Amino acid sequence: MDILKDVDNSDKMVIHTHNLTKKYGDFVAVDNLNLDVKKGEVFGLLGPNGAGKTTTTLMLLGLTEPTGGRAKIAGFDCIRNSIKIKSIVGYLPDNVGFYGNMTGRENLRFMGRINGLDGDELEERINKLIERVNLVDAADKRTSTYSRGMRQRLGIADVLMKDPQIIIMDEPTLGIDPEGVRELMFLIRDLAEVDGRTILLSSHQLYQVQKVCDRMGIFVHGKMIACGSLEELGSQINTDGVNTTEISVYPDNIKAQSIIKDLDGVLEVQKDSDKYIIRSAYDIRRNLSSSLIKEGYTIMHLRQANSDLDEIYRKYFEKEAGNDESKRS
Amino acid sequence: MMRANVRKVLFQKETSDFINSKKMILFEVLFFLITISGLYAAMSGIKDALDAQTISQDFLFLKLFTTSANSIPSYTSLVALMGPFLGILMGFDAVNSERSEGTLNRLVSQPIYRDNIIISKFEANLFIVGCMVMASGLFTGAFGLLTTGLIPSVEEVARLLLYLAFCIIYIGFWLAVAILFSTVCKHAATSALSCIALWLFCAIFVSLLAGIIADAIYPVSGNDMMAAMNQLGNATLNAGINRISPYYLFSEAANTLMNPAARTINAVTMTQLVGAISGNLSLGQSVLLVWPHLTAMIALLLIAFAISYISFMRQEIRSR
Repeated sequence: MDILKDVDNSDKMVIHTHNLTKKYGDFVAVDNLNLDVKKGEVFGLLGPNGAGKTTTTLMLLGLTEPTGGRAKIAGFDCIRNSIKIKSIVGYLPDNVGFYGNMTGRENLRFMGRINGLDGDELEERINKLIERVNLVDAADKRTSTYSRGMRQRLGIADVLMKDPQIIIMDEPTLGIDPEGVRELMFLIRDLAEVDGRTILLSSHQLYQVQKVCDRMGIFVHGKMIACGSLEELGSQINTDGVNTTEISVYPDNIKAQSIIKDLDGVLEVQKDSDKYIIRSAYDIRRNLSSSLIKEGYTIMHLRQANSDLDEIYRKYFEKEAGNDESKRS
Repeated sequence: MMRANVRKVLFQKETSDFINSKKMILFEVLFFLITISGLYAAMSGIKDALDAQTISQDFLFLKLFTTSANSIPSYTSLVALMGPFLGILMGFDAVNSERSEGTLNRLVSQPIYRDNIIISKFEANLFIVGCMVMASGLFTGAFGLLTTGLIPSVEEVARLLLYLAFCIIYIGFWLAVAILFSTVCKHAATSALSCIALWLFCAIFVSLLAGIIADAIYPVSGNDMMAAMNQLGNATLNAGINRISPYYLFSEAANTLMNPAARTINAVTMTQLVGAISGNLSLGQSVLLVWPHLTAMIALLLIAFAISYISFMRQEIRSR
């Protein structure tokens, strides 16, 4: 019964892993990973450096063999069908490189030929992609003269040469200026929404990625410790019973402080320059603002810290580190 | 069908990559120097040698390649010494430069079998070596014809072509070694230095070592009977150890092929020589003499390539 259910599930999922594990000697890089990515969604694999994100992407592409478990993309086994996988999955590695003494166009042409394209079809696709990634002016320059942002954009064109159903990107925003990141995020959304491609991207730069991802998985020490949309991740953390709210009021005086402290559900109040950081048992924003306004205070800033990905991420990360320490002692 | 096509694309890329690189200039300069100094040595050496009657007049065309002048070595010894450097120059960064450039992981994530990558690297570079060796050898021959007015016989041409084929295999062996080091070593500098160390070891130290070991096992110093009896054993062991080195193997094979008067490659006793009529060997007999050399060199080449192939296939390729 269980097996049947599993099969049904993995059919709907474009990327599906089951207890995927990779060990390097004693070191466990990826620990029993169960990952499911739906068709047409942008999934973010988030975690600090060395969390096993790149190892996971390599296993998905069949570039490294898992120690245990299995991974499937579009129903094909990632190890046994690795050639098939590579023809439908585009991989944009972290810090992508090109043949420096060839032009951007020649690099794309080479990649197209390797993927079995030729003739007019090839040239047409190259032109279309160069336009799409906004490299028309630089296409005929040697790639050794390209800036990092240009290399990244050429990398996306390169990935799209084989018209993949699935795109895996490793740290796509690393080392790119904010404007470049904005363009890149726009392009990624476009690839998912207009072309209907599935995108898996790994990153440790949370702010940049949270805007573009439909769902995210938080990855620490080879384990996925939380998975879901931004809101789901937020509510997962709130079940711990602690909410953090930031507030600053005008005028900022002792009476304001006492109003905040006396509010129902408040556990702890800390003052951080002009801000109060309030820990409470549940969401107190509504009560807090109404009681302050009643007393004639102006609320300058009010924010629930947990709804922010960085906070969530830090929290999970802290939790994991805490577990580690308790394990050790 | 797809596979053959991929190999073709990769082959084209590797060839154009090398031809457009700065290494090509160095490669051409080296070949030019070998050709020119070989020719110069032959031009200035042949006449003196003929006048002094130190060489016979048979197979004069081949003497163009084997004659050395005062301090300038002959074409064949230049190739034996510099050939490895050419192979190393081509291959020492074949895999690791792609890895550090970040192009290798892009390549391995394409729908191609991974062995196509390393096989096409070897094929393309060997192809260029082949073209250059043929060009250099035939140029030397042609220039010699023009200046001396010699007319080569069919046998001489056949010997020359065989010799050039040996050169290609010899340089190909060093190319395979260089690719092996480029697969194993992370940095191009490490692999280049390792290759050069191996080259120097083969070209210089093996012969020193062979002498020391042979003298230790079969001492020939002194005037006693034992020393005299050891002579043959000493020479045989010395040659045997030397033949570990591809440099010695190649030199021996080249000498035998290019000099039909060379009747044997091993030490022979006086009794074996009794009754032998001095004369030139036919082509078939010369080839028979170097057949083991050819086999050994091809085997060495294949072993070096097989190790690099296996290590490349098993490697995990991460981003730079």
